[in-house]
Amino acid sequence: MTSTAVTTAGAATGTARATLGERIAPQIQRRGALAVLVLVVVIASATSSTFPTWSNISSILGNNAFVWVLALGMTFVIITGGIDLSVGSMYALGGVLGAYGATHGTWLAILLPLAVGAAWGTVQGLLVAKARMAPFIVTLVGLLGLRGLLQAVTDEGATTYLVPRHSHFRSLGAGTWTPVLIVAALFALGALLLTRTRFGATLTAMGGNENAAVLLGLPVARAKVLVYLLSGTLAAAAGALGGARLGSGVTTIGVGYELTAIASVVIGGTLLTGGSGSVSGTVSGVLLLAVIHNLIDHYFSQYGSAFTDTVNGGFLAVVVLMQTLLSRTQQLE
Amino acid sequence: MVQQDPEPAGDPVLEVAGVNKSFAGVHALRDVHFALRPAEVHALIGENGAGKSTLIKVMTGVYRPDAGTVRLAGRARDFRNPLEAQAAGISTIYQEVNLVPLMSVARNLHLGREPRRFGLVDVARMNRQATEVLGRYGVHVDVTRPLRSLGLGAQQMVALARAVQVDARVVIMDEPTSSLEPREVETLFSVIRSLKEQGIAVVYVSHRLDELYAICDRVTVMRDGAVVHTGPIAELQRLRLVSLMLGREMATVREKGTTAFDADRHNRQEGRPALRATGLTVRHRLHGVSLDVHPGEVVGLGGLLGAGRSETAKAIVGALATEEGEVEVEGRPLHRRSPAAAIRAGVVMLPEDRKIEGIIPNLSVRENISLAALPRLSRAGLVSQAKQDEVVRFFMDRLRIKASGPDQKVSDLSGGNQQKVLLARWLCLNPKVLLLDEPTRGIDVGAKAEVQALIDELAGEGLGVLLISSDLEELIEGSDRVVILKDGSVVGHLAGEDVTEEGLLDALATAPEDPAEEPAAGTVGDSSAEPGPAQQAAGATDPAGPQGPAPVKENQR
Repeated sequence: MTSTAVTTAGAATGTARATLGERIAPQIQRRGALAVLVLVVVIASATSSTFPTWSNISSILGNNAFVWVLALGMTFVIITGGIDLSVGSMYALGGVLGAYGATHGTWLAILLPLAVGAAWGTVQGLLVAKARMAPFIVTLVGLLGLRGLLQAVTDEGATTYLVPRHSHFRSLGAGTWTPVLIVAALFALGALLLTRTRFGATLTAMGGNENAAVLLGLPVARAKVLVYLLSGTLAAAAGALGGARLGSGVTTIGVGYELTAIASVVIGGTLLTGGSGSVSGTVSGVLLLAVIHNLIDHYFSQYGSAFTDTVNGGFLAVVVLMQTLLSRTQQLE
Repeated sequence: MVQQDPEPAGDPVLEVAGVNKSFAGVHALRDVHFALRPAEVHALIGENGAGKSTLIKVMTGVYRPDAGTVRLAGRARDFRNPLEAQAAGISTIYQEVNLVPLMSVARNLHLGREPRRFGLVDVARMNRQATEVLGRYGVHVDVTRPLRSLGLGAQQMVALARAVQVDARVVIMDEPTSSLEPREVETLFSVIRSLKEQGIAVVYVSHRLDELYAICDRVTVMRDGAVVHTGPIAELQRLRLVSLMLGREMATVREKGTTAFDADRHNRQEGRPALRATGLTVRHRLHGVSLDVHPGEVVGLGGLLGAGRSETAKAIVGALATEEGEVEVEGRPLHRRSPAAAIRAGVVMLPEDRKIEGIIPNLSVRENISLAALPRLSRAGLVSQAKQDEVVRFFMDRLRIKASGPDQKVSDLSGGNQQKVLLARWLCLNPKVLLLDEPTRGIDVGAKAEVQALIDELAGEGLGVLLISSDLEELIEGSDRVVILKDGSVVGHLAGEDVTEEGLLDALATAPEDPAEEPAAGTVGDSSAEPGPAQQAAGATDPAGPQGPAPVKENQR
């Protein structure tokens, strides 16, 4: 062998240049929802006299903020490649448990829903991680089972728990600023968790390539349990706070919330197949859906809420289509 | 031979003793002993199913052995998962890059051990370190970009950097060069040499013999789950290495008749070939492969695992996209390349893995046979049941398919009969060329003989057959000619009298090029390649010693 081995340089720099499409595609994926949100807000503010008023904006924020927390938990779950259908039911149960707990004291009002949410989430996580059941099935059981539990707790809706008028618990959900600040803090913590901790890196890695994540020595099974634990806890907490705002545990609430949460996450640029996504994208996603609902309610109120759902669905279809096209662009190397 | 490293002294750093492992009653490893010394590069080779991968997985904690021990630096260890093995200092680079494509390069490099400050990942430091570390491997990229934006070679370098970055005592490389360009292979080699200087032991798995002789000190050959040879690689002739791997003592196989083939029954027609492929090129897989098959002849495709045999067949039928190359059927070029177009032109392939790519287990024999022929058996979209039955009956008789009837589920049949059903499926299309990829793998002896006899019959009737088989006897005795592939290039032809096991082993062991060079494209030599004693022709006798100062500086923190 005569050729002496001296080639370290240039082992692999051949892909330094990317086409315009390849460079833009990830940006659209990441910031698309934000761009559309800004656009919609600008147009709505310019054309409508009622949209840009403080009373309208504060009602958008105050009334929806707690529900957005479901999307935060869902972001983590979807990034791992999973799904959590139980959060809508958990939201309702959290509200009822919070209201029930409030009759015994503020601490119980907070701790009871958290404990139940964490316990249920752990069970779901164990079933997914250890028993290797499909997340869709496990959490569908959650969706149905928790509704059943809700019926049992409220004697099939006959008993309504009211939060005592002067409970401190109520003040957690009152006004606009308290809910917004609580939720903003949760999202900020969530973003930190996802981007700046090893746990967050593990979630993204296992969603991107679970087999590789295992071989790389990452604690995949543990992370899986934890992510459902987190999602369940957040959903129950959100429900409890929602109950505090409404002043009672409402059993009929939360139906279909899991789907709105999934829609927000996906619109925010998180891949439904996992492996890529961000909390900030989900923020854009939830705000965008909320603003659009607000506008639809305003302009098309005569058509009723069915119209809202249709738009919701159409929007999601467009976004998923976009994502598919974008990720295809990015793979064309 | 150039003097090789004196036997690196000292106790083995990693030792596997008496390991057994079986899956569902099948022995994957049988009483395997394997010892790795510090600062050696140890080649681990064997054909498909020889147990290399299983052994690696036992050493890296993916599998736990049924019996036997794994010792690291003299201490018995029982790794329960890859994490524990890694923590103990055994790093692995897998054949396909096992990283997370959507995450950034820096993230991938550090996953699970990111630098932290106040409990949070220090992203700036992580990126800085990644840039620095990868620079040492000749990879200069923006480490914040997703891994998948890098070329495969660079991705493999990231995996390598990651594996070495942990304080590894042992680095296991499973076919690390399968996706590398020649230049990148050199970089890899210089990294390996510097690992060696630091006393790190390397297990090197590759099917490229040139590489083994260039970089390895010792070699362990596995076959059928057992170790058949261990020793310095410089003392092992290539020819001997190949015959150890394939389990063929060249001298002992002389008497014919172990297969049911009788090549005299073939009916080769001169003139226009039924199939002609020219210059098939697929990145990293095939480099200008050309061959032709005449009506009535069986052309064998020889080569070791990874030589590009299946890829050639897939490229011909269009199941694998080619960058260059043309395929002609009876003189007419195939313009659009897809399996459907190939079938229309009369070229059909029996895939290697019939479970994955072939049969539809829950359908009946009838349905499985007539599936591809349905368009021909139907009128105005309706399938004629009578015609279908007629065709199915005919082929069931013709191929002697043993089934209770056309309605039996295919999954209930034996492997051999399943294979015949697949064959029938293609034969009822009246093909001109049949590409058979391992047609007798995994079927019992009797059925094997029947399938082999069938191949003869078909060739006797004027069908052109391309036969891929890892069974040397089958290849030699079944084929009229053999085209030999190596690393994706045609390196020789055997025809007539030269179609012998020795001729094939010779050709396989001979390395026509300098290992560092890109394998020359195109065909080397025409119909009768030199079947002489192998080694002197090639650069077989010059294992790259410790010459060539490693250009990579210290590559550990």
